[in-house]
Amino acid sequence: MTKRLTCDVVVVGAGMVGAACAWYAVRAGLDVRLVDRGPVSGGTTGAGEGNLLVSDKEPGPELELALLSARLWAELAREHGAAIEYEPKGGLVVASTAPALDALRDFAAGQRDAGVTAVPVDGGRLAELEPRLAPGMAGGVHYPQDAQVMPALAAAHLARASGAALHPGQAVTGVLRTADGTVYGVRTDRGEIHAPAVVNAAGTWGGDLAALAGVRLPVLPRRGFVLVTEPLPRMVRHKVYAADYVADVASDSAALRSSPVVEGTAAGPVLIGATRERVGFDRSLSLDAVRALAAGAVGLFPFLERVRALRTYAGFRPYLPDHLPAIGPDPRAPGLFHACGHEGAGIGLAPGTGRLIAQALTGKAPELDLTPFRPERFDTDGGDAR
Amino acid sequence: MTEPPRLTVVGAGPAGLAGALAAAARGVRVTLVDAAEQAGGQFYRQPAPALGARRPQALHHQWRTWERLRDALARHRAAGRITHLTDHHVWCLERESDAGPVTVHALRGPAQEVGVTVRADAVLLATGGYERVLPFPGWTLPGVVTAGGAQAMLKGGLVLPGRTVVVAGTGPLLLPVATGLAAAGARVAALVESADPAALLRRAPALAAQPGKLAEGAGYAARLLRHGVRTLARHTVVAAHGTGRLEAVTVAALDRDGRLRPGSARRIPCDTLAVGHGMLPHTDLAETLGCTLSGTAVRVDAEQRTDVPGVWAAGEATGVGGAALALAEGHIAGRSAAARLHGTTPDPGRWAAADRARTRLREFATALDDVYAPPAGWADRVPDGTVVCRCEEVTAGQVRDAAGTLGAGDLRTVKLLTRAGMGWCQGRMCGPAVAGLAGCPLTAGRRPFARPVPLGVLAALPEKE
Ligand SMILES: Cc1cc2nc3c(=O)[nH]c(=O)nc-3n(C[C@H](O)[C@H](O)[C@H](O)COP(=O)(O)OP(=O)(O)OC[C@H]3O[C@@H](n4cnc5c(N)ncnc54)[C@H](O)[C@@H]3O)c2cc1C
Ligand SMILES: Cc1cc2nc3c(=O)[nH]c(=O)nc-3n(C[C@H](O)[C@H](O)[C@H](O)COP(=O)(O)OP(=O)(O)OC[C@H]3O[C@@H](n4cnc5c(N)ncnc54)[C@H](O)[C@@H]3O)c2cc1C
Repeated sequence: MTKRLTCDVVVVGAGMVGAACAWYAVRAGLDVRLVDRGPVSGGTTGAGEGNLLVSDKEPGPELELALLSARLWAELAREHGAAIEYEPKGGLVVASTAPALDALRDFAAGQRDAGVTAVPVDGGRLAELEPRLAPGMAGGVHYPQDAQVMPALAAAHLARASGAALHPGQAVTGVLRTADGTVYGVRTDRGEIHAPAVVNAAGTWGGDLAALAGVRLPVLPRRGFVLVTEPLPRMVRHKVYAADYVADVASDSAALRSSPVVEGTAAGPVLIGATRERVGFDRSLSLDAVRALAAGAVGLFPFLERVRALRTYAGFRPYLPDHLPAIGPDPRAPGLFHACGHEGAGIGLAPGTGRLIAQALTGKAPELDLTPFRPERFDTDGGDAR
Repeated sequence: MTEPPRLTVVGAGPAGLAGALAAAARGVRVTLVDAAEQAGGQFYRQPAPALGARRPQALHHQWRTWERLRDALARHRAAGRITHLTDHHVWCLERESDAGPVTVHALRGPAQEVGVTVRADAVLLATGGYERVLPFPGWTLPGVVTAGGAQAMLKGGLVLPGRTVVVAGTGPLLLPVATGLAAAGARVAALVESADPAALLRRAPALAAQPGKLAEGAGYAARLLRHGVRTLARHTVVAAHGTGRLEAVTVAALDRDGRLRPGSARRIPCDTLAVGHGMLPHTDLAETLGCTLSGTAVRVDAEQRTDVPGVWAAGEATGVGGAALALAEGHIAGRSAAARLHGTTPDPGRWAAADRARTRLREFATALDDVYAPPAGWADRVPDGTVVCRCEEVTAGQVRDAAGTLGAGDLRTVKLLTRAGMGWCQGRMCGPAVAGLAGCPLTAGRRPFARPVPLGVLAALPEKE
C-alpha cells in the first residue's frame, strides 16, 4: 500500500533554497511539504560557504535579487540570528596593484548607482579594517552589506521553523501530470504526494527533476574546494578577497581560477574558498586546487602560513549557462515552479528566491521582474552549454 | 642495469614491516615511512632508546618475532634496500594516473611543519587502526585514558598511567592491557568487560582451529589471577566520578539484552580508567586515493591489492585482527607487490603458509567481532548533557536534536549541524559515538588530509600544468 498525501505545495529539495521557499510559502498561507531524498542540508548547501555577498555582483538582475535577499536575511536574523550564525560583518575587497584598484573602483561606482553601499579605502588605511592584511596593497573597497551565515544550520533551522512538513529520506521519482500536461504532484519512493504546485529546488540536480516533468533545464555542476583551518581567535574581521574574484564569477573559462575569500567564522576556523572548476561530479581531491587556495590566502594574510588546514571539502555549484538562476512558473508544465541554478550564490540569494516563489504561488505580483530568470529561456536563445 | 622498482610502505607496524622485508628481499627498493620515532607500530611499540629500558621484552610477548623483524630491517637498511623515514607524518597520497608514480606527502619532525614528498612506483598502506571509545558521564575527566593510550605509555615511555587502575570496555585488547599494567606494578582494581567471553567458546568451529589463541587466552587468565585482578564480565562502566580528576567509577551488571541489572551498581575507587571498545581501521589515505572500502575497512583481494592499481593494503587498515594477522597480510602484500613491480604474476603457492594463517586468523577475528560488540543499549544510557565530541564540546543532546527534528540523517549532516567531528581529531574519536546516538550507520569519514597541514606547506606544493 502506498499512502497518498495532499497539500498545496510540494517543495523538492531541502537545501537552503528549498528551505527558504517553504518558509515564505507557509507564511503566504500555504500547506507545504518539503521533500528530500537525503537529509536536510545534505546537498550543496552542506558543501559550500555562507557568504551573503553583494560585493561580487555587477549591476543587473542578480544584484537586485541579492539586495532584496540581504534585507530579508537581516529580517530572518532577528529571530534566528544566533542559531544560524548570522554575522553582518561586511566585506573588504582589496587590490594589490594600481590598475586592479582602478578597475575595482569603477566596478564599485556602478554598484553604488544600483544601491550598493561601497566605500573606497586607501591602501594606507586598510590596516585599520584588517590589521593582519599583507602590507603594500594598493587599496580596496569596503562593503558593509556583505554578511555571513552557516548554511547547513540556516537551512535546517529555517526548514524546521517554517511549519512545513519535512520528508527527509524520500526521493522524488516522478512528476505527476494530467493528460493536458498540468502538474498535480510527485511520485516518490514512498508513495505519491498530490498538490497543485511543485517547486523544483533540487539544486545541482534541478535539471534531472525538470526532466521528470518532461521539460529541459540545463543545470550543470561547477566544482569548488574549500579549506578549513584549525580554530583561531578572531584574526580576520571581514570577508576579504582579491579583486580578481569579480572577473572570475562571470568568466566562461573551464580552467581553474583561484580567488579565495578569507574569513573568520563564529566557531573559530578560518574558511578559505573557493575554487571554480568544471569537471562534472568528480569529488576526488585536487591538490592543485588546495595549493591555489592556500597560496592565495597566505598572500592576503601572511600569518596563515603557519596555521594548519584541518580539512578540505568539495561541493558542486548548480549553474545555468547564463549564470542566472531559474526562478518562477514553467509555462511548459503548468503547476511546476523552478527555484534552482543559483551557482555560487544560492545561500545569499535564497530568501529573495523564496519570497518570489511564494508570490508566484499565490498569484501576487512579484517584487522583482522574473523575466531574466524565466526557466524556459534556454529553449529559444540557444544558450545551452551542453 | 635498470633501476630497481620502488615501493613506499606507509606504516612500520607488523604489517608494514613484513611487507617491506618481503619486497626488499625480492629486488624492490623500499621506503618505509612512519610517524613514530622507531619501527614497531602499536604492537611492538618501543621505548625510546634514551630511556635505557633494561628488559623491554618483559612488556611484550612474541619478542622473538620482533627480534627477527628488527634485525632483518637493520640488514636491509645497511644494504641500502630499505630507507626508513621515521617521524614522517603522511598527510596525503596522490596518484596522477593509473600507471603513474604514487606521491607520498608527509610532514617531518615532531612539530610536523616541514613538507616532504616521496615518489614510488607503488605503495603499501599499513596504517593500522585506532581505538573506539564510547562516551559515558565523566569520561572526559583527567585520569580517564584509552586502553591503547595506557598501553602506549607503558610500552613507549615506561611510565605507569596511574596507581589504581580500572580497565574497562570491551574486546580482547583489554586483557593484555590489564596484565601489562599489573605486571608493571599498577593495582588493577577490576577488568570490566561488557561482553561475555564465555560466548567465545560457543563459537567452537572458529576456536577449534586456534589452539594457539586458546593457550594465549589461558595465559592471560592465569596472569590476571596471579596479579589478583578481578574480572567483571557482562559489566559496564556507568559513570566516572571526581572533582577535577578521576576518583572512582560506578560499574553495573548487564542482562542478556544489554540492559542494566537493577540494584547491581557499585562504586570502585581508582585514579585511572583505561577504556576501549575495540579498534577501527585507519582508512583516510586509502579513501583519498579512491580505494573502495567495505564497511569501515579498505577492501583488498587475495594478494592484498586494493582496487586502485599500484596500491596494496595490509594489517589493521584492512580489518582488525591482531598482530599475527597483520604479519601474514603484510608478507603477502610485499611478495605480491614485488612480483607485480617486476612485471610478473605472483604464484600464491609460494606464500601458502601465510595464506593459511590469514584464513584462520580472519575467521577468528570474525568470531571475536561477534562476541565483543558494544552492549546493545549503550547509546540510550548516555544522558543529554554528556559531551560526546571533546574537540568541539558537543553534547549527546545536541546530536539527538540534530538527528531528530532538525532533519540530519547521516554522520556528515549531524557534523554540519552540531560541529561534532569538526575539530582536531576530525571525528576519529567521536564518530562511532555520534553514529550510535544519531542512529545512523558508522561510515568511514572523508578526510582528505590525514594530518593537519600548515597552509605554507600546501602553498609550496609544486604547481602542475
Ligand atoms: C565550494 C562552494 C562554496 C560556495 N560558497 C557560497 C557562498 O559563500 N555563498 C553562497 O551564497 N553560495 C555559495 N555556494 C553556492 C551554494 O552552496 C549553492 O548555490 C546552494 O547551496 C544551492 O542550494 P540549493 O538548495 O539550491 O541546493 P542543494 O543544497 O544542493 O539542495 C538540493 C537538494 O535537492 C535534493 N534532491 C535532488 N534531487 C532530488 C529528488 N529527485 N528527490 C528528492 N530530493 C532531491 C538533494 O538531495 C539536495 O538536498 C558555494 C558552493 C560551493 C560548492
Ligand atoms: C591496547 C592494545 C593491545 C593490543 N594487544 C594485542 C595482543 O595482545 N595481541 C595481538 O595480536 N594484537 C594486539 N593488539 C593489536 C595489534 O597492536 C595490532 O593488531 C597490530 O599492531 C596491527 O599491525 P599493523 O601493522 O596493521 O598496524 P600498527 O601496528 O598500528 O602500525 C601502523 C603504523 O602506521 C603508522 N601510521 C599510521 N598512519 C600514519 C600516517 N598518516 N603517517 C605516518 N605513519 C602512519 C603508525 O605510526 C604505526 O606505526 C593490541 C592493540 C592495542 C591498541
